[in-house]
Amino acid sequence: MDWPTTIATTVAALLTLAVFSFLYKDNPFYKFAEHLMVGVSAGYWVIILWYTVVIPKMWQPLEAGKWYYIIPIILGILMWARLNRKWQWVSRYPLAFYIGVSTGVAIPLEMKAKVIEQLNGSVDLVTTMYATQASGMTVVNNILILIGIIAALIYFFFSKAHTGATGSIAKFGIGVLMVGFGASFGFTVMARISLLIERLQFLLFEWLKWG
Amino acid sequence: MKLAEKMFAIDRRWVYLALGLAVLISLKIPFSIPIPISKEARNIYNFIDTLKAGDAVHLAIDYDPSTLAELHPMTLSILKQCFEKKIKVVVTALHQNGPAMAAAALDTAVARHAARSGEQMKNGVDYVFLGYKPYPALIILGMGQNYRIPFPTDYYGVPVDSLPMMKHIQNYDDVKAILNVSGTSATDYWISYGNGRYKVPLAIGVTGVMATDYYPYWQTGQIFGILGGLKGAAEYETLVGTPGKAVQGMKVQMVAHLIIIVFIIIGNIGYFAQRKKREQSV
Repeated sequence: MDWPTTIATTVAALLTLAVFSFLYKDNPFYKFAEHLMVGVSAGYWVIILWYTVVIPKMWQPLEAGKWYYIIPIILGILMWARLNRKWQWVSRYPLAFYIGVSTGVAIPLEMKAKVIEQLNGSVDLVTTMYATQASGMTVVNNILILIGIIAALIYFFFSKAHTGATGSIAKFGIGVLMVGFGASFGFTVMARISLLIERLQFLLFEWLKWG
Repeated sequence: MKLAEKMFAIDRRWVYLALGLAVLISLKIPFSIPIPISKEARNIYNFIDTLKAGDAVHLAIDYDPSTLAELHPMTLSILKQCFEKKIKVVVTALHQNGPAMAAAALDTAVARHAARSGEQMKNGVDYVFLGYKPYPALIILGMGQNYRIPFPTDYYGVPVDSLPMMKHIQNYDDVKAILNVSGTSATDYWISYGNGRYKVPLAIGVTGVMATDYYPYWQTGQIFGILGGLKGAAEYETLVGTPGKAVQGMKVQMVAHLIIIVFIIIGNIGYFAQRKKREQSV
């Protein structure tokens, strides 16, 4: 390994150890690593945004004589008026424009992808069972999912007291939600352990060259 | 203090130490565990495998170093498969820290491919890295019309029109699928705006924390495959025949999970013992 790489790897390893030291208790090494990361990230983002937005989307179009770019640029500058108490009302104009456009773009597509398609999917569980003459575990799975969806939805239905049959279904709904949370928790544990494993792989095999 | 109370009051630092040691030791001990391949991972592999040489896919790399452990092996495995199959890859990053991850992944994948086959994959010919632009929703919609709208030049400042690979690629109609490897909400945007608006086939590789949120989209067919966390990465490494960091990590995962299960059991025994004691005192 060449010297620059060795130095970079050692710095990364020492910073990793500094972060790990927080597991014992808060200390200046951890604080240093934390502040360094926040500072470097902020600096990196500024440079990235400068070269991917300000230069190509503001400066270069104006240089090329596309003067209509001045309209979004002015709207963008007006956003900064929020920093001044006297002039902050001005920022409402670009915000109104921004929210209007975002809402117009987002609502139909989000509604379609996250509500309509999901509803279709739930109905399809039954229709495809008939259409494809599904058998065995597919039928069991589909029925279980359908019952689970209905039970979980009934748990969130507060217009009727959760007693009697409604209460029993709602209770089953809680069970379904718990299974969902359990799966999420399991995946989360795996994700967190993955981070630990990767850091130890780095410390052992890339830094210490142990094995 | 009784044993049960001691178990409940165990200092969390002992848990960290036990986990750290377990991970460290199991990394050093040579053993392997089977990696069963899920249908959702195999779907992605089969999809790419059935493409013809010269077809193009869009690889959206939307993660940062904090999720590198789980997602980088997925990216490298997908790139390996694409390079071996001579499939063109359009790469974008819609997260601020994504460009560095994408550039690093491409460098590694190109170097590994050259070492394996002696063939040098060329930027602009075999793959294109368009770089980063903010506001994922608008960029995804823009690319659906034409890649040149949000990305007139690639990451290195070269005009996209001058890149040989991009001559026949105008928009999503010209790529066979979008493969989104993401540790951010960019995946939601790809589902709503990429697949939702343009109906382009979409598969995702996400972190373990995110994986369960996206299974409903797999069930409805909005995405044709999911790689979930390190397990998904290990599955893909196995499928492309290059077991790497993810496969090595899965054996360690198993040991770490066993340790966690033991601590959960200890914690629960302590909790119920304390509750029983409280009830008796009342």
